[in-house]
Amino acid sequence: MIDGFDTWWLMPLAAGLLLAVSAGPLGSFVVWRRMAFFGDTLAHGALLGVTFGVLTDLNPTLALVLGSVALALVLLPLQLASRLSADTLLGIVSHGTLAIGLVALSLTDGVRVDLMGYLFGDLLAINEDHVLWLIASTVLTLTVLIVFWDSILAVTVSPELAKIEGRPVLLLDLVLIMLLALTVALAMKVVGILLISALLIMPPAAAHALSRGPRRMAAIASVIGIVSVAVGMWSSFHWDTPAGPSIVVTAMLLFVASLLVPRRN
Amino acid sequence: MTSQPLLEGKDLCLSFRQRKVLDNISLTVNAGQIITLIGPNGCGKSTLTKVLLGLQQPDTGSVRTQRNLRIGYMPQHLPLDERMPLTVSGFLRLTRRSTRADIAHWLERLNISHLGEQSVHKLSGGEWQRVLLARALLVKPQLLVLDEPVQGVDVQGQLELYQLIPALRDELGCAVLMVSHDLHLVMSATDEVICLNGHVCCSGHPETVSADPAYLELFGKRLDDGIAYYTHHHDHEHCDHDHGHEHTHDHSNNHPHDHTQSKQHD
Repeated sequence: MIDGFDTWWLMPLAAGLLLAVSAGPLGSFVVWRRMAFFGDTLAHGALLGVTFGVLTDLNPTLALVLGSVALALVLLPLQLASRLSADTLLGIVSHGTLAIGLVALSLTDGVRVDLMGYLFGDLLAINEDHVLWLIASTVLTLTVLIVFWDSILAVTVSPELAKIEGRPVLLLDLVLIMLLALTVALAMKVVGILLISALLIMPPAAAHALSRGPRRMAAIASVIGIVSVAVGMWSSFHWDTPAGPSIVVTAMLLFVASLLVPRRN
Repeated sequence: MTSQPLLEGKDLCLSFRQRKVLDNISLTVNAGQIITLIGPNGCGKSTLTKVLLGLQQPDTGSVRTQRNLRIGYMPQHLPLDERMPLTVSGFLRLTRRSTRADIAHWLERLNISHLGEQSVHKLSGGEWQRVLLARALLVKPQLLVLDEPVQGVDVQGQLELYQLIPALRDELGCAVLMVSHDLHLVMSATDEVICLNGHVCCSGHPETVSADPAYLELFGKRLDDGIAYYTHHHDHEHCDHDHGHEHTHDHSNNHPHDHTQSKQHD
């Protein structure tokens, strides 16, 4: 099927698939908690992490992750407030961070910056190192989500009841947001800053029609994410379309197809 | 039997944007007691409940609870995101330390066993209230806190729920703190009534409170605001003053038809 058996695409494909696996359950929580805007803000802020990496001598991926996690911590109060809807404020912060990241990046001396790569993903920049990071983050994310599933779900359904029943609500919120920040940071090279939240939201939205329970929805979202990544990358290799957008287009088509599934119950 | 109260709120004050919502409120809940908080909309009933539950910090004052007090809370609203597919049993399993047997027991007890596998998004108001009540009962509460337990429930369902509450208290031996906007429905189900309007207007045995001038004034006013409900017919005699007042007003504005209209309304 693939002409000339080059293996350079193995790393990007592995990265994309790993990402899809953890984006399924994480994205489901983003959907249930109405955190789409927050995910966007984290993604936009990831550019600041890049700048941070350029300015310091840290490993760029580490700098990116640290930057993202720091931003998530700063924004945590905002996320909690956003349950009461702070649309405008989130819009300002979200696009503000993107703009600050772009400006800061342009000010760093002597570094040629491939903006398109950051905004829409850059498969060629995905190396073994990055894949190792993704393996670690996927294992961490899945482990934490599986072990604390009931608690995190209970807090998602009703923070008040969870608190009265004695669950550590703030800690669980924090854990979820850290995992989200980690995944968003590592997703940047695969789908690009502007499309990260699409990868988080579309698979769960498509999975919704096919699931009767939250666990099932999260699992199906992972599968839909995997299919999107596989199809998107395949079309990218074959027709030379940009990989990130191809993945998102596939996810969107799957979402539209899911609307045709007759509702049960 | 026990001298130590389950829960004690002392001198609670809370303001939102300079508006005093709670004005120096103290109250005590003892084991086995059913207390009803009553008052017009926006009088601070739900806020007080949240403060007592520790969900909201008061500006001043303190809340003390018995050590390791198990509280079952039935909130007034629990909005669920429609995009979370969730069955009734799935929702109830989220209760901390709940077992399948407990869930089956309470579904049965509240006559909603048939709803177990149904989606929570497809329930009627009354069914959803019962599911929320089941969730509160699943924690094996020593104190059951019910915020407007009959909201969105039809009249028959309201009566049933209010009959259920004293029965549940006896089964569990728990205390009940209940919020309601209607004294007459809860009258037979409650030991003590606290009438709130920012501050405690009056409190005591339900019969005493329903005759208290402070209570009458509060609920008379409510009628005048037009937010009174069908359940208040027997209060009308007290409110006739206010109503009469308005009617004369209308007359002076040359709207003689208003009178007949209001009569229909009455």
